[in-house]
Amino acid sequence: MATLTKTTRRDFLKIAGTTAGGLFIGFNWLACDSPKMEVLTDEQVLSQAKGFNAYLSIAPSGDIVIYSPNPELGQNIKTSFPMVVAEELDADWKNVRVMQANLDQEKYDRQLTGGSGAMPHSWERLRKAGATARYLLVAAAAKEWGVPASEITTEASMIYHKGSGKEASYGDMAIAASGLEAPEEVSLKNPKDFKIIGTPVKNVDNQAIFTGKPLYGLDFYREGMKHAMIQRPPFGMKIKSVDDAAAKNVKGISDVMVMENNVVLIGDSTWPLMKAKKLLKIDYEADGLVESSSDHDRLFREMLDSNKAEERRRDGNVAMAFKNAAKVVTAEYQCPFLSHSPMEPMNFFAHVKENSAELIGPTQTPDRAASAAAEILGIPKENITVEITRLGGGFGRRLRADYVEEAVKVSKAINAPVKVTWSREDDITGGAYRPAVRYRFEAALDADGNMIGYKLKGAGINAGNSTRQNNFPSGAVDNVLIESIDHNSPITTNPWRAPITNFLAYAEQSFLDEVALEANRDPVEFRLSLLEKAKASPVGGELGYDADRMIGVIKTAAEKSNWGKNPNVSQGFSVYFSHRTYVAQVADIEMENGSPVLKKITAATDCGMVINPTGANHQVRGGIVDGMGHAMYGNLTFENGLPTQKNFDKYRLIRMKEVPQIDVHYVDSGYDPTGLGEPALPPTGGAVANAIYKATKRRLRRQPFIEQEEFFDLNLEIKRA
Amino acid sequence: MATLNLKINGSTHTVDVEEDTPLLWVLRDHLGLVGTKYSCGIAQCGACTVHLNGEAIFSCSMPVSSVGSDEITTIEGLSKDGDHPVQKAWDEIDVAQCGYCQAGQIMNAAAFLDKNPSPSMEEIENAMNRNICRCGTYHKIREAVAKAAKI
Repeated sequence: MATLTKTTRRDFLKIAGTTAGGLFIGFNWLACDSPKMEVLTDEQVLSQAKGFNAYLSIAPSGDIVIYSPNPELGQNIKTSFPMVVAEELDADWKNVRVMQANLDQEKYDRQLTGGSGAMPHSWERLRKAGATARYLLVAAAAKEWGVPASEITTEASMIYHKGSGKEASYGDMAIAASGLEAPEEVSLKNPKDFKIIGTPVKNVDNQAIFTGKPLYGLDFYREGMKHAMIQRPPFGMKIKSVDDAAAKNVKGISDVMVMENNVVLIGDSTWPLMKAKKLLKIDYEADGLVESSSDHDRLFREMLDSNKAEERRRDGNVAMAFKNAAKVVTAEYQCPFLSHSPMEPMNFFAHVKENSAELIGPTQTPDRAASAAAEILGIPKENITVEITRLGGGFGRRLRADYVEEAVKVSKAINAPVKVTWSREDDITGGAYRPAVRYRFEAALDADGNMIGYKLKGAGINAGNSTRQNNFPSGAVDNVLIESIDHNSPITTNPWRAPITNFLAYAEQSFLDEVALEANRDPVEFRLSLLEKAKASPVGGELGYDADRMIGVIKTAAEKSNWGKNPNVSQGFSVYFSHRTYVAQVADIEMENGSPVLKKITAATDCGMVINPTGANHQVRGGIVDGMGHAMYGNLTFENGLPTQKNFDKYRLIRMKEVPQIDVHYVDSGYDPTGLGEPALPPTGGAVANAIYKATKRRLRRQPFIEQEEFFDLNLEIKRA
Repeated sequence: MATLNLKINGSTHTVDVEEDTPLLWVLRDHLGLVGTKYSCGIAQCGACTVHLNGEAIFSCSMPVSSVGSDEITTIEGLSKDGDHPVQKAWDEIDVAQCGYCQAGQIMNAAAFLDKNPSPSMEEIENAMNRNICRCGTYHKIREAVAKAAKI
């Protein structure tokens, strides 16, 4: 039976306002199971908690607050960072509440999400933060009990002195301990004693996510704030004239203004803005290069044939190697522009005041957001606050501050708090893409099938250096030449999950497959023999990778996938090192009723120590799904400076029925943990393309696969066990 | 403008909005029910999934004026304490990465399991294929729907 209640706008704003923007945290379900514990609100805990350091406060109630400074976009840092602190603290995870820290340059270093670098950067300092607090709690107990600290033990948020039988909780000692001076050095646990690290701890935001609490930037509302949307120009064009009469007539639109090269619509809610934006009549004129995809295909050919490429690496005598070669293998590979397309489109809230500004929203780089705002407003950066909401995906798009800058400018112009929302069409057509690149590879083989020469030339559109010259196979080949050349386009580009390597790995690993087969070598044996050479006598100068660790993942992937053992399975191999992590993958295709069926991808990963197996599996599987989806379907083409694909009906993202089974394995190399947000993605396109070749003799040298002639009548099916 | 009485999560809410406003934006901008997400706006991704008389629908493409006296359930009203079997399964399997699409996934799964309480994996995939997860949590979603069917 329905009851009549009227939710006023004020009521909901009060709710949304106190909980959005990251202050709502993982209310601990497990804590509710404990009958003796009174569950305090976050505000109550925070008001009582004693700070130990930037990461950690403990309340007399026993509640432990751990701040996670880095933006959370699905890489699970908001769970894995606190796990490390809690481990060294010897905390009971049930007592831990995690809170997203806002931008604070004095407290935190490298408060950004990018490059899979957070864990390797912070591993030591997180451990020290936990260990220092534990040291102080023990010292406080020693003082109070009059016993030597060395006789005191801790476990699960409790402090014990066996000799006297005394015990206390961390909450009991919080006030005394927080007043003691922290030691400069503190000893850390032996990893074999870890109790939290290495266990599957659940995402701390699960409850909020699964019940629809306001967590994301787009969920932020504040009473009195305006909504805004922006019509941005095609790339290489500028506004000639604007007819906004029809747009202004839409009910709920308060203003339409031209700001720089954009048309900004202001309103009181989102829908009128979406309607009004479609009614704008804007004439544009060329303001530089106005490019189409056909121009890019021509530019690729010109760049690859030009002698103006920049030399990135040269080892040995390449000309001689190719002159003496028994066989030369050449191939070109091409990848299109891609949109990042996080599920939550770009958005940001800004409230510019007289000498300060408040910024709230989803950003991978809060510091860059603050710097950009300070520069626009001409006020000190310290006067800008940035509250980091949870991010509905990022994939590199939110490393850029363009959408924050817009919000700041709009708030300044209308002298009011405003949330700028991008529609999906704005998000896909609004720029900052994965650059398009075409590669030319050449390999020289001697009479025994050894690769004696290797050449790579990368031609990119706003790609910068489209090679990774110190990566494999550099170091494993005597004569190497690596070059890149780039075209400066008005189409904006930006890092996209595993920048450069997300397409270079596919191209290189597919080409190496071609070379191995031309040399009549097994693709795994071929790579291993190159790596043995790189290990025994590395060629040339600096190398970015560790041959032993790459060998480790190759052998594990081959073993776990039963490489080459089943004649009914066509397997494709790929291995790549990026962002300090090594990942090898094998794709399995079986023929069923005359059609190839992609059944499984097996991955072997060396990311050093695994902090959270659930989170790690998520990143490896998610990276593979992402790599496969974009290799198969992802394509952004241009017509006169405007993307042809504007929404998910044409810009195709992978769906559930398009992913195969994925088996995930780890190599325990004994190293400290490295990042996993990106490294599983690069190898996937190559593994799939190589398996397709093995099964069908069709070589896919261009992405997306489904748009290639070789693929049209292939009837590739994808199945899950 | 129209004054509409909407039955949402067991209560009646009165809103004054343009009739063509999609249900999604009424929920989010006018009623503060922000658990229902905007992502594509053209019924392609499923992030905006809610129940209309128990059926999973795309609220981004449903004009509010066509809702009438039908019962709407959003993620906020799926259960009182977040303990619907699908929500429990989502927690146990630890499904989310960024989490943005998961409310829509959960709503779709809940409506599906209501009609088909013991589905095969193939039926689960057919039902869930309409929701996009950009993070690629599809393996976990399959597992969680199967698990929820057993709770």
